[in-house]
Amino acid sequence: MNNETIQRDRPWLMRTYSGHSSARASNELYRTNLSRGQTGLSVAFDLPTQTGYDSDHPLARGEVGKVGVPIDHIGDMETLFDEIPLGEMNTSMTINATAPWLLALYVAVAERQGVDPVSLQGTTQNDVLKEYLSRGTYIFPPSPSVRLTTDLILYTVEHIPKWNPTNICSYHLQEAGATPTQELAYALSSAIAILDAVRDSGQVSADRFHDVVGRISFFVNAGIRFVEETCKMRAFVQLWDELAGERYGVEDPKKRRFRYGVQVNSLGLTESQPENNVQRIVLEMLAVTLSKNARARAIQLPAWNEALGLPRPWDQQWALRMQQVLALETDILEYGDLLDGSPVIEAKVTDMIASARQEMLEIDSRGGMVACIESGYVKRELVESHTRRMLGIESGELPIVGVNCFKESAQSPLTAGDESGILHVDSTVESEQIASLKAFRTNRSEINVADALKALRAAAKHGENIMPPSIACAKAGVTTGEWSEELRQIFGEYRAPTGVDINRAQQGSSEALELTRARVQRTGEELGRPLRLLIGKPGLDGHSNGAEQIAVKGRDAGFEIVYEGIRLTPAQIARAAQEEGVHLIGLSVLSGSHLELVEAIHLELTAIGASHIPIVIGGIIPEDDAKLLVKKGLKAVFTPKDSDMNDIMDRMVDIIRETNGLEPDV
Amino acid sequence: MPSLSADSRRGVEELAASVQRGERSALAEALNLLDDRRDSARERSAKLVHLLQGNALDLGAHIIGMTGPPGVGKSSLGACLISEWRRRGMTVGVLAVDPSSPLSGGALLGDRLRLHSNSDDRGVFFRSLSSRGHYGGLSAEVWPMCQVMASAFDVVMIETVGVGQREIDISRMCDTTCFVAQPGSGDSIQSLKAGILEVPHILVVNKSDMGAIATRTASELAGALTSEHPDGAWRVPILSTSATQGKGISELADCLKVHFQNLLQNKLLKHRRRGYQAHWIVSRLREEFGSHGVERLGGEAAIAEQIQSETPDLYSQYDALRRQLTGCDTTNKS
Ligand code: B12
Ligand SMILES: Nc1nc2c(ncn2[C@@H]2O[C@H](COP(=O)(O)OP(=O)(O)O)[C@@H](O)[C@H]2O)c(=O)[nH]1
Ligand SMILES: [Mg+2]
Repeated sequence: MNNETIQRDRPWLMRTYSGHSSARASNELYRTNLSRGQTGLSVAFDLPTQTGYDSDHPLARGEVGKVGVPIDHIGDMETLFDEIPLGEMNTSMTINATAPWLLALYVAVAERQGVDPVSLQGTTQNDVLKEYLSRGTYIFPPSPSVRLTTDLILYTVEHIPKWNPTNICSYHLQEAGATPTQELAYALSSAIAILDAVRDSGQVSADRFHDVVGRISFFVNAGIRFVEETCKMRAFVQLWDELAGERYGVEDPKKRRFRYGVQVNSLGLTESQPENNVQRIVLEMLAVTLSKNARARAIQLPAWNEALGLPRPWDQQWALRMQQVLALETDILEYGDLLDGSPVIEAKVTDMIASARQEMLEIDSRGGMVACIESGYVKRELVESHTRRMLGIESGELPIVGVNCFKESAQSPLTAGDESGILHVDSTVESEQIASLKAFRTNRSEINVADALKALRAAAKHGENIMPPSIACAKAGVTTGEWSEELRQIFGEYRAPTGVDINRAQQGSSEALELTRARVQRTGEELGRPLRLLIGKPGLDGHSNGAEQIAVKGRDAGFEIVYEGIRLTPAQIARAAQEEGVHLIGLSVLSGSHLELVEAIHLELTAIGASHIPIVIGGIIPEDDAKLLVKKGLKAVFTPKDSDMNDIMDRMVDIIRETNGLEPDV
Repeated sequence: MPSLSADSRRGVEELAASVQRGERSALAEALNLLDDRRDSARERSAKLVHLLQGNALDLGAHIIGMTGPPGVGKSSLGACLISEWRRRGMTVGVLAVDPSSPLSGGALLGDRLRLHSNSDDRGVFFRSLSSRGHYGGLSAEVWPMCQVMASAFDVVMIETVGVGQREIDISRMCDTTCFVAQPGSGDSIQSLKAGILEVPHILVVNKSDMGAIATRTASELAGALTSEHPDGAWRVPILSTSATQGKGISELADCLKVHFQNLLQNKLLKHRRRGYQAHWIVSRLREEFGSHGVERLGGEAAIAEQIQSETPDLYSQYDALRRQLTGCDTTNKS
């Protein structure tokens, strides 16, 4: 074969989703990653930044710099991109409720760097709808959120034409349990909701509107069933092309092209035998690269230690290398579409399109995506799908190597060593960030800040585009918390339906569950009343899957479950536990702030005279922390390794029996 | 084996006194106690209610029932009312009865936050209850729990789903029953006409932000109502509210207040509440001994008459009647 005649396609954008501790530390990380061959940036913000709180806000306690970089103001943003020329960079920002604000900061920093915003390239995720369903970093009710989303879109189409203003996400839906059909239907229905809003805003001409359609991009998931997943991508391409053409009258095929980035499935990555995750990640990457006509534009991969905690630079490098090997060493980029003309693929795609269309009609008949979010319909459907997945794992119908089969394993050298194989964020990060925030505040002009906020308020109230006053705020030294608070005052805050009130009939039953149910009932009788469990999600953490599944299983096992969704304060949780007279508090924390939050809840319970209520916790809790928590009085710590949910229920019954002085019953 | 429940730490007298002072931990403990079906708890429950009821049954808090089909906005409206009452300086106890009636036990209770999210406010106390298999009725704990709350708060609000039989239950427990209707749904009008729906004291059409359809429902309801409430001395008002926009809330709060004052002025409250007490007792007797047992005691009307003349003391009154049927003392079974 003559190498010179081979035409290779250009590889996709390779990214690593990263950011932690501080703007300074993240900047160093980005520069190293870029020097290692990464071709774009993907910024992870910490939870206070994503939910609109300054680092010194009480709700931010324990969360600053944990799962992403804290950005309080223009100074932080400037540090984050220090020596990174924004004019040449392609930056993806996973930011939603506060997307207009972070884009405003980005524009302001670009200007300071002497870069004309017109030339900026990148993506703001800016898809709040899926936040209500899965990701959890929403702030305002759906209607003002849609308005902020469309404001950003309208602004960039006019002023930053190469920007991808929104990334409609199906990624997070699969992470919350969605089937391929649901991923297709809900993502496309969300796109419809947003595009309809843009069209009906009266702020774009028909011509310009077609540009908007052309700028919409997607952020998709790829799971382990990679043949089906490839078909899903092809279905997306076809459905989007049709939708753009038929619903919005776009004729230019380029503007009807389904452009998407990918993060491969992380929900299926395991804590047990974590080395197996590498195979999973690579196979999943095939799903979005094999078919040239449905190939991803950008890919970011999780690391082998996904279910253990945050990845270290080396772990991320390994993930990046997987992409590089596929793109550079294999011949995948040398061929046209491998799947075109395959009757097997064709049939599967046709099938998926049909079922997606049906679900889209269902959404439509229920008043569209926004109405279906408000009514809880979509959330319930997702919880139900996830419950089915969990039942599959439980029964063994859904094999997961190392979890429900082939569980025997030699000791892994990967998790040995002082760090236990994960990144540990320095606990001084928070106080340093707060100190620098305070210093920043003293060095700005309060008059300018007040004026800028006043203009922001006026625009928010009168329906003017939010971007220009936000950029002015960024330049005036307004903080993330101030920008958000101003809008909270006007738009109000929102709590999304939890979706756990699904139909019991969907549940199935097993012998193990029957046994547990009998124990729950018996123990309830011995204690005089049905067993009550409060499931609490303290802090800013939005990972609700675990809490939802425990709630559903707990109800099926006969517990009376008090569950009120994500983002509760320690005081709210303590108070609810007392007022509801629960026998046990079960916390769920995956964001890494478990130590701080548990301590705060202990204090609240003691203050109200409810410290006798026993507590257990579940989530991503490193082993050392688990020991510490047990020492502080927690009755049990559950992690993803505890995949048998009946067993978890049983252990909770044990704990309730023990704390109430009942003798062991089994 | 004796099992000391983790929170049974104080004597009943002390518990009652603490409840009356509005101590939250005591209140929680008292509600747990009333929920406790063990024989060992029964005696303490009886004593607690005895200590708290006395005058409280004849005076005490305004007991309000919010009922209506699922999803009409009872909880949302409740939240608005709570804010309004708090603004007016009143304290509020809430009992929210979960609509799902599972047979195998197990329930999801998640209305707290919709109803009340301010964790610093000590003037509100919220307890959820599952309906625990009581199809078409409120379980036995609700009335005693309501009594405990009534001794600690200015207002006690009970939320239940009203479909057919259930709102009858709630109307036999509350001073003021408020039915919340869904714009555009003919169901409530039909049931009102057919007499299935016990006539509430106040009719609310929520979601007035839906516009014309809400207005139409209000006028249809007006047409279906006989203007005088069977209780007498009360014309049933029809109000429009929007919980999401906070509209019509203070009017509703005013209206609730007017109804309560009306009861007080006409000296109806005492008689009514004693009637509810009788209803609870008769229901329990009927559960255990059947209608036949109730007949042996002279029938519902005779029992009610007797209860009316006595000093309120729920469990003693109940036990006295029960003894007449069994011929033995039941209070000291353990
Ligand atoms: C799914 C997922 C998501 C979904 C969440 C969807 C949802 N609605 O839950 C999405 C994609 C939205 C998401 C987003 C983010 N994620 Co995420 N996510 C995961 C992932 C892959 C799986 C978690 C999961 O749902 N597992 C399935 C459930 C059923 O398992 P579980 O919660 O562990 O529960 C089990 C036990 O722990 C236990 N349990 C849990 N809770 C409770 C409670 C009680 C009472 C009991 C008894 C038991 C119990 O029982 C369950 C059954 O086995 C994990 C990594 C992993 N593989 O674990 C990362 C992970 C948790 N995510 C992480 C991060 C950083 C994020 C982000 C913050 C990133 C960012 N900077 O924006 C965002 C923001 C989310 C937010 N708002 O907080 C980190 C957290 C790092 C840390 N703790 O140090 C992880 C560990 C990934 C990583 N290695 O970086 N994520
Ligand atoms: N448009 C509108 N929606 C409302 C109103 N009140 C409640 N809702 C919505 O109706 C749904 C059910 O409300 P909820 O209070 O839980 O009803 P409940 O089941 O009767 O307690 C929620 O989605 C509310 O947001 C209202 O006044 N107007
Ligand atoms: Mg309700």
